[in-house]
Amino acid sequence: MIKTLMKSIREYKRASILTPIYITLEIILECLLPLVMANLIDKMTGSSLTPIIRYGVILIIMAMLSLFFGYMSGRIGATASCGFAKNLRQDVFYKIQGFSFADIDKFSTSSLVTRMTTDVTNVQNAYQMIIRIAVRTPLMLIFSVIISLTISVKMSLIFLIMIPVVAAALFSIVFIVFPIFKRIFEKYDAMNNSVQENIQGIRVVKSFVREDYEQENFHKSAADVCKEFTKAERIIALNNPILMFCISLAIFLVCFIGAKTIINSGATELTTGQLSSLINYGVQILSSLMMLSMVFVICSMATESANRICEVLNHESTLTSPENGVTEVKNGSIQFENVSFKYSDKSKKPALMNINLDIKSGQTIGILGGTGSSKTSLIQLISRLYDVTEGKVSVSGIDVRNYDLESLRDEVAVVLQKNVLFSGTIKENLRWGKKDASDEELVRVCKLAQADEFIEQFPEKYDTYIEQGGTNVSGGQKQRLCIARALLKKPKILILDDSTSAVDTKTDAMIRKALREEIPDTTKIIIAQRTSSLEDADQIIVMDGGRITEQGTHEELLAYNGIYQEVYQSQTNGKKED
Amino acid sequence: MNQNKQHSFGRLVRYLFSHYKFQLIVTLICIVISSFSSSIATIFIQRLIDECITPGVNQGFEAIAGKFTSILLTMGFIYICGTIASIIYNQIMAIVTQGTLRNLRNDMFDKMQTLPVKYFDTHIHGDIMSTYTNDTDAIRQLIGQSLPTLFQSALTITVMFLTMLYYSIWLTLVVMIVIFLMLKITKKLGSITAAFMIQQQKSLAKEEGFIEEMMQGQKVVKVFCHEEENKEAFKKLNEQLFNDGEKANQNGNVLMTILGNVGNLMYVLLAVIGGLMVYLKAPNICLTGVSIVSIGIIVSFLGMSRQLSQTIGQASMQVSMIAMGLAGATRVFELMDEQPEEDHGYVTLVNVKKDAEGNLIETKESTEMWAWKHPHQDGTVTLTELTGDVRLEDVDFGYVPEKLVLNDVSLFAKPGQKIAFVGATGAGKTTITNLINRFYDISEGKIRYDGINISKIKKPALRSSLGVVLQDVNLFTGSVMDNIRYGRLDATDEECIAAAKLANADDFITRLPDGYETILTGNGSSLSQGQRQLISIARAAVADPPAMILDEATSSIDTRTEALVQAGMDNLMKGRTVFVIAHRLSTVKNSDAIMVLDHGKIMERGSHESLIEQKGTYYQLYTGAFELE
Repeated sequence: MIKTLMKSIREYKRASILTPIYITLEIILECLLPLVMANLIDKMTGSSLTPIIRYGVILIIMAMLSLFFGYMSGRIGATASCGFAKNLRQDVFYKIQGFSFADIDKFSTSSLVTRMTTDVTNVQNAYQMIIRIAVRTPLMLIFSVIISLTISVKMSLIFLIMIPVVAAALFSIVFIVFPIFKRIFEKYDAMNNSVQENIQGIRVVKSFVREDYEQENFHKSAADVCKEFTKAERIIALNNPILMFCISLAIFLVCFIGAKTIINSGATELTTGQLSSLINYGVQILSSLMMLSMVFVICSMATESANRICEVLNHESTLTSPENGVTEVKNGSIQFENVSFKYSDKSKKPALMNINLDIKSGQTIGILGGTGSSKTSLIQLISRLYDVTEGKVSVSGIDVRNYDLESLRDEVAVVLQKNVLFSGTIKENLRWGKKDASDEELVRVCKLAQADEFIEQFPEKYDTYIEQGGTNVSGGQKQRLCIARALLKKPKILILDDSTSAVDTKTDAMIRKALREEIPDTTKIIIAQRTSSLEDADQIIVMDGGRITEQGTHEELLAYNGIYQEVYQSQTNGKKED
Repeated sequence: MNQNKQHSFGRLVRYLFSHYKFQLIVTLICIVISSFSSSIATIFIQRLIDECITPGVNQGFEAIAGKFTSILLTMGFIYICGTIASIIYNQIMAIVTQGTLRNLRNDMFDKMQTLPVKYFDTHIHGDIMSTYTNDTDAIRQLIGQSLPTLFQSALTITVMFLTMLYYSIWLTLVVMIVIFLMLKITKKLGSITAAFMIQQQKSLAKEEGFIEEMMQGQKVVKVFCHEEENKEAFKKLNEQLFNDGEKANQNGNVLMTILGNVGNLMYVLLAVIGGLMVYLKAPNICLTGVSIVSIGIIVSFLGMSRQLSQTIGQASMQVSMIAMGLAGATRVFELMDEQPEEDHGYVTLVNVKKDAEGNLIETKESTEMWAWKHPHQDGTVTLTELTGDVRLEDVDFGYVPEKLVLNDVSLFAKPGQKIAFVGATGAGKTTITNLINRFYDISEGKIRYDGINISKIKKPALRSSLGVVLQDVNLFTGSVMDNIRYGRLDATDEECIAAAKLANADDFITRLPDGYETILTGNGSSLSQGQRQLISIARAAVADPPAMILDEATSSIDTRTEALVQAGMDNLMKGRTVFVIAHRLSTVKNSDAIMVLDHGKIMERGSHESLIEQKGTYYQLYTGAFELE
């Protein structure tokens, strides 16, 4: 895990190494200060001014240097941790850009967003912690112990004995509380999740008059979260008093034993100044233990985030472009040979079974089928959005797996069922299809997709700003924009996956007519619910449960007593009655 | 804003005290004891040095043994008191903090449930959500950490300041000058940091927005091979975030170090000045009069100055947390102050049966009959049978007063009829249903339900009389069975399965990994839109309501399945009133009456056949000459 993350440090290696170095220097100075001070105090006998000035100057120089090093470490530390986070975020984003559909399904959109936002922030904080405090604290501890030892071995024993005791107490608190916290966070998430669902589903709650029911449920989970949190927090609340007690005890013992030693040895074994520095070092040693346990907690919490990030970074995409793949798609013919397909190895039932299909270049193919009959799965195999489990899909006679992925997808345009427009102007959205398309080209494809007319009615026309998710255009308008965007690619194969469901039948017919007349050489595959959208196709395929159950022209299928006939009749009944 | 925050602060304190008065008073006392004990310790070190060690070195241990023991014993006693006080208040605060959060959450949630639908339509859901998460979290920091720390710091600083004055006014002056400097630095750097922090938050929000949009459209990105352009766009945003984040963090880090090292400087300065005073035998003015600076005093001063700069450092860390906590509290209180949905209705819904003479009698059992229980001013109660007769009379309505969505709409649904609304997006179809179950209140006109003005009907009664299936399906985390049962909490498993069968959902549910016990999460994200609609129909079916509104309920279901679902629903709702809103004409064809809406007006009404005959808008829609958007 650490190795994977380290790769993202890159140009911030220097900063990441310099930070601890500056911190080390700062700490050495900070730890030496009380020692030099002890000398000064001992020289304050009032007999001479020279030592006071001499030590004073040394002390001030030391304090200034320490300030300088601290300042540098603060600045560089921020650069290192922010830079690391920047690289990490970028690495994850770039990695996801290379994901296949199957990979995206596996991780799910919302989990990918969390990994790139919350998780990266957690790791960033931990990283800053590690290069600054996790260096600072142990060094502080070590230096303080060493200096205490040089002052008086006997007195230092007090600290040396107390260190393991305090450490054991503080760390056992962490170990007891950590698992509780993990459990709590699950409950906490569940509670917030239920709030979210209530906000989104407020109409459902109110229609079914379930306000009281929801309140009761919420109170229960809030009480539960409160109980568990209190339990954990009360254990953590022991941290401060324990430390305070230990520090007090240390000061008490140092005073007691120290005073006796000074008096009994006549200030030879130990001096007053040394006693005062010992007290300081003691406080420092014990306080750093506290910091250390805090660093430990934060790092453990970040471990999970780090794991989730690494899962993405280490994920090997299941679908990659072959080296030296074929870059030219000659024509728009498509063959399916004994194709079977499963979404994942774990799925019990294959989504597609034994599909054989031969589509000639320039043909129009209609596909009809109920919800869940795998129409979408079928067409996604053509532009290799997924790979077949068995069999072979070929485009212009070559297995799709042998094409360079980008070349293949440039020639096979898919208008997805769940389509998305992005925030930006209509022009910007359309140019997703072709970056350098001229305005005339945009107008041409919009005319084909019957979108030009409504775009012209917008006050800003082609510069109309589309809100995120395309919320400010109607469903039918959105679908036509998506078709136009795909047409801009001038593909050899055009696939419309239920892309005109919100468009009225007349416009739908006009789109089909335009496609037929303006791009006759392009193979067109149309998935639709309405038989009227399919009537004039060269070949109609009816799918049911992952198989092709009927295949033929409109007339052939009507003559055959099957699903197509049934659907056709249910949709045209009214018209015949007229 | 500042006044707002002060206001929130006062209110939060009152809120705390109203629930935990006793605990908080104990806490305050304990904090006083504990900070007193930690600041007073230095005095004893000074006394130990000046009264025992210095004379002891010359006179031998026996001479000062009595004094030595008494000082140490007092010191130990004070330390123990401090520790005990610290244990007590830390424990109490853990309880108080979590308890207060629970109370806040409960209050917020209860309040939220009473808010009108309008509130949810006009507020961004993420913002409401963040009062529960981010704002509550910020309050936790504020109550659990910042407030106690701040109180303690203030006490410690005061006690130490007094102690210092007790020892030496000159040295105190030095300390004060340095502290003044520290405060200046904190203020300066603090405000710079805060500005960069805000900038960083903005860049972060921007980048997160981009990530969210692109992750959602990732499949489209793939289809268009738009990966490289995406990387470029991301890189720019990321670079901006890095720049802002770097500056914010640098300033934050530097502030801490500077404060720490200015503390060191003060430490050194005190030692040097103290040394000089000892050498010069300078007269030391203090609260107890004029004396000579002793080494013990200097040592104590050094200790105190360390503690003082540490305390200030700690307190300065809390400043941003306090600001965040108060901003959070302001938002939480804002939510709590929202106006709840008003309900002046008094007519309720009851189950009834008919006695021998055909009179309605109220009953507790679930019959297939409902009646409106209408109490009158003279104390009598009338029962009106619920038949599903809904009339709109000259209704005007707009979501905002300036823009009417419905204009002078009148319509009637006779009992047992199936009424359909057809029209373009924005024509006002869904608005009518929003009005019938009073998610919104009409501006002009009347809506009558079985002859009763719906504003007289209690909202819960009105809403439970109407089953609603909405276009946007909301499922809750839980099993499929739980979700169906949401329609009627006391429905048996068999009843839920029967409802699922009726909605044609049984088939796919039984094929899920755990059948009806399959757990749905994330609004049923593992199901297709069509499957989710089927579950939502089953949920309404199990409620078995006297009347029903189906708002684009089958829009994502293929036409074949839709026909099956419709047959089931027609069967269930036989003799009851049903409102259907649909885009697809096949959905509404077999309705008793179809209303064609356009721009908030009813353009045509009639049965499918009569509308076809009229050869108007409906006819054009039906023959495809006209488009619905």
